[in-house]
Amino acid sequence: MKTYTRPMAGWWRRNPYYLWYMLREASCLFVTAYALVLLAGLFRLAQGKQAYEAWLQALASPLSLAFHAVALVLVLYHAWTWFRVMPRTMPFLRIGGRRVPDGFIVASAFASSIVLSGALFIAVWQL
Amino acid sequence: MSKTIQIECLRYHPETDTEPHYQTYEVPFTDDMSVLQGLQYIKDRLDGSLTFRWSCRMAICGSCGQMVNGVPLLGCETFLRDYYPGKVRVEPLNHFPIVRDLAIDQSDFLTKLEAVKPFLISENVPEKGTFRQTPEQMEDYYQYSKCINCLLCYAACPQYGLNSSFTGPAALALLHRYNADSRDEGTSERMKLVNAEDGVWGCTLVGYCSEVCPKAVDPARAVNQNKINSAKDYFFRFFRK
Repeated sequence: MKTYTRPMAGWWRRNPYYLWYMLREASCLFVTAYALVLLAGLFRLAQGKQAYEAWLQALASPLSLAFHAVALVLVLYHAWTWFRVMPRTMPFLRIGGRRVPDGFIVASAFASSIVLSGALFIAVWQL
Repeated sequence: MSKTIQIECLRYHPETDTEPHYQTYEVPFTDDMSVLQGLQYIKDRLDGSLTFRWSCRMAICGSCGQMVNGVPLLGCETFLRDYYPGKVRVEPLNHFPIVRDLAIDQSDFLTKLEAVKPFLISENVPEKGTFRQTPEQMEDYYQYSKCINCLLCYAACPQYGLNSSFTGPAALALLHRYNADSRDEGTSERMKLVNAEDGVWGCTLVGYCSEVCPKAVDPARAVNQNKINSAKDYFFRFFRK
């Protein structure tokens, strides 16, 4: 039987849903880059005070600030997308014989991350 | 029928065409007419050669899945009024080979469906009466049993489009429907398919399959729950006899 199969080239531009998906996948590069910057800071800290302060100064450059602004937005988007699909990646959760609604799981993930981030922020602020 | 809408159909005739082209029809319609009814109007009154599949007209047979303005939908529950005064572009489901016009070749899916053994495998059939199940045990698989094999999820899945050996959303959801059933004992037979490169690990959780499912089966959930099951199966094999 003769059939025709359509090409896939440019598939991710055909539907906005795929564009958001590709952005989610691309955001992981920024998550990684941000983690590497932090790791570099740790490495510089181990080298001594002068090295650490040079690293801090490098962070204050406009290029670094721009990178961190973009990275923050993308990390937040990354977190949001994965929190949203969280209930789909786990077995049905039951409490007292009743299934916990997906919305509740997502909301509690958001709530706990906001509380923990806030607590960490306050703790660091008071150092 | 005072209003008229343009329906643009993908046309492909395997004996005369090397590739598909589009043909536009002017279709008079009423507010209660579905895209499927629009196609039926074309076939009955304008062009008898237009080929498409349909059967029940009420979103239960799963035959009339098609791309409507680029979105996988059932033609019977999609209404022309929602597109008016714009036009409607109807194409066969994405990612499948086109046999003719809007009809696709679904044999690849049927092979996969058969491979997941979509039936209860049980040695311990009760001698008297029926199996007993709690509402909780039923809830574990019920939503997955509502699949009507319409293939909208395959048309939504770019991973299937890029690599058609991927078992895909509906077949994996139906696999899970039986594995999650307390009456079934076929899990070990089906885990080979779950664990395979083309099993659940072919999924990158795009999630569009669950968005387009007309029956709220949520295949993305079935596939991703089984990533956990597959990982457990891998690590716990050392403890099994």
